[in-house]
Amino acid sequence: MTINILMPALSPTMEEGTLAKWLVKEGDIVQSGDIMAEIETDKATMEFEAVDEGTIGKILIPEGTENVTVNTAIAILLEDGENLSNLNEVSSPVAADKLEKTITLTENVISKDIIEQSTKISNKYIESELIPDGTTFTPTTVRDALRDAMAEEMRSNDNVFLMGEEVAEYEGAYKVSQGLLDEFGDKRIIDTPITEHGFAGIAVGAAFGGLNPIVEFMTFNFALQAMDHIINSAAKTLYMSGGQMGAPMVFRGPNGAASRVGAQHSHCFAAWYAQIPGLKVVMPYSAADAKGLLKSAIRDPNPVVFLENEMLYGRTFEVPDLKDFTVPIGKAKIWREGSDVTLVSFGIGMQYALEAAELLEADGISAEVIDLRTIRPIDYDTLINSIKKTNRCVTIEEGFPVASIGNHLSAVIMERAFDYLDAPVINCTGKDVPMPYAANLEKLALVTTQEVLEAVKQVTYK
Amino acid sequence: MAKAKKKAKANISADELHKYYREMLLIRRFEEKAGQLYGMGHIGGFCHLYIGQEAVVVGLEAAAKEGDSRLTSYRDHAHMLACGLDPKGVMAELTGRKDGLSKGKGGSMHMFSKEKKFYGGHGIVAAQVPIGAGLALANKYRGEDTVTFTYFGDGAANQGQVYESFNMAALWKLPVIFVVENNRYAMGTSLQRAASTPDFYTRGEAFGIAGAVVDGMDVLAVKAAGELAVEHCRAGNGPFVLEVKTYRYRGHSMSDPARYRSKEEVKNVKDNQDPIDMVKEMLIQGGHSTQDDLKIIDKDIKKIVQESADFAIASPEPDLNELYTDILV
Repeated sequence: MTINILMPALSPTMEEGTLAKWLVKEGDIVQSGDIMAEIETDKATMEFEAVDEGTIGKILIPEGTENVTVNTAIAILLEDGENLSNLNEVSSPVAADKLEKTITLTENVISKDIIEQSTKISNKYIESELIPDGTTFTPTTVRDALRDAMAEEMRSNDNVFLMGEEVAEYEGAYKVSQGLLDEFGDKRIIDTPITEHGFAGIAVGAAFGGLNPIVEFMTFNFALQAMDHIINSAAKTLYMSGGQMGAPMVFRGPNGAASRVGAQHSHCFAAWYAQIPGLKVVMPYSAADAKGLLKSAIRDPNPVVFLENEMLYGRTFEVPDLKDFTVPIGKAKIWREGSDVTLVSFGIGMQYALEAAELLEADGISAEVIDLRTIRPIDYDTLINSIKKTNRCVTIEEGFPVASIGNHLSAVIMERAFDYLDAPVINCTGKDVPMPYAANLEKLALVTTQEVLEAVKQVTYK
Repeated sequence: MAKAKKKAKANISADELHKYYREMLLIRRFEEKAGQLYGMGHIGGFCHLYIGQEAVVVGLEAAAKEGDSRLTSYRDHAHMLACGLDPKGVMAELTGRKDGLSKGKGGSMHMFSKEKKFYGGHGIVAAQVPIGAGLALANKYRGEDTVTFTYFGDGAANQGQVYESFNMAALWKLPVIFVVENNRYAMGTSLQRAASTPDFYTRGEAFGIAGAVVDGMDVLAVKAAGELAVEHCRAGNGPFVLEVKTYRYRGHSMSDPARYRSKEEVKNVKDNQDPIDMVKEMLIQGGHSTQDDLKIIDKDIKKIVQESADFAIASPEPDLNELYTDILV
């Protein structure tokens, strides 16, 4: 059977081109790899090589022809034992093999609501957070709660290990991994050199290879150096491999402003990571949540970004005395019930929300306070149900204002609860400036309880 | 850090030669077909062909054993074929169909196989290097004696994360072979214009990593060097840097006219150093095969490749609901 040689597409965007020059003539024998023609594409002049072996039977498109559409037959190749009389058998001369356009998304609009999808994914792994009646509690710092979570999970799963700068002998730059080297040894508590890009990549490889690494970043500011592996390697591989392999691991460490450490050490990355499909992102406030969520994160088969806060490490909260206390990822917590306004926050933002709620109570305003705890996937239902009750909402976070979590929540609330709103949603955020060093300016750059109070007064028209 | 330029042509069986001939020819014909399907619009986006470099991956796979891992850059079709994956699944991924190895969701640059311990297929230059070291860390952690072949190009060899990985791999004695596939051009930038020191096999020296360089157009030499590196790693001596000097005949990707090098340069390599011709010559000169014998192999390979193309075009596109699957486990 004769073979039609087709006008090739030689760039991702080429639809037609010029057949600049034939380098073979009728009767020539060609082999795989021989250059047959020069073709001008939308980008460059390219050499066009033969794939099949045979004799050039007929040149259909003469050189110098412009605007030759991709997949037009430009010549006919005769295979072994064929001669020109076989050409009569060619029934479809030009553009015979022209492809049908593949499906376009416009024809097949995906009607599914992205938010619903996201919620569905989130619900898949929700376990109940059970604290039975009669449970006793122990005051515990966030720092110790995090350590306890890692130790418990390492005891129950040999594949879990911790790596990062100063996690072993120094016992953590912020003393989160105190005692772990003693208990687990240097095979499982690994001090790394100061090479975030490299060790994040190594941890991803170890996760691909079946282990469950916990990567501690001394602070998430330094994880910017490792961003490519968090996003491109860890978050996307499950999808790109068609579900064959992914990265069951945790990236954790302090995130956001500490105190007087200036612009390069005071950045909240919540909104950055929250944008990435393939990641789960957790940002706890209390010690109990820090413990329960970190245990869940270590067990989770997906890459989890776990954002802690240096200012909270030393803060003490009641932690339940349960043998295996976990908090489900993707479930918000209602800290206070209220009827006049919903305050929604996460991480250290919760301290402003809770403080504001208390002050508002004295003013006779009843605020419901929601701690998202997980910012990907977000528990939208708890938020929307609250707003349907209070009809007003203020969001609180320390991160920058543009494309913030609050911005996103405002959009979702507008889409899902517009008719329930009695006032526009207000986002209280950090200011749109690099973090200054001077004490007074730093205070001004962060979100304040006063700002939350003013926002509430605005949405409640008081 | 000896310069091990091995030519181990003695004591090679005809079966072995035939095997390498078949495997290299399969890669070349597969890539030519991929180029053709790209031209016809069946394959979209970027498509990076391995033509000319076949001896590298075929030689090194011959030095690997069951349980070893491998990973590479976006120029990955050959690595998948060489570790024994079905050409149909690879080609169907190139065409973005549901029977592709990643269900059509990865594409040419992002393919994986858990079964064959092929860990990608990485689109970000050099990202696979620390990941390869991490796979080796997992092997060592579990007390296995397997090694990880981490392939990257001369372009990637200038990335910072490569040296972060060298440092930790040496520090922790990880069983990883860093294979620098030096094909002389990082996209369009020649080695001379990009690398302050051109001898990549010496780049581990500062970290105390042993290295060697080998003629990557000679599959037997590559295999011998691979065995040396594997032995080093399996014995618990830590990582090894193996520079393999090779050449790509085609442009960086399908849309690269390769104006940065002369036609004579390409022709010279094709005519005098072609890895497939080299084995072909050995088979014929050694009296192991006749031209007709090889024609039978050629025909068989052509058939396999054509079947993979037919399969890849006939396979349906992924179901639309696949858009939302495999994001989280």
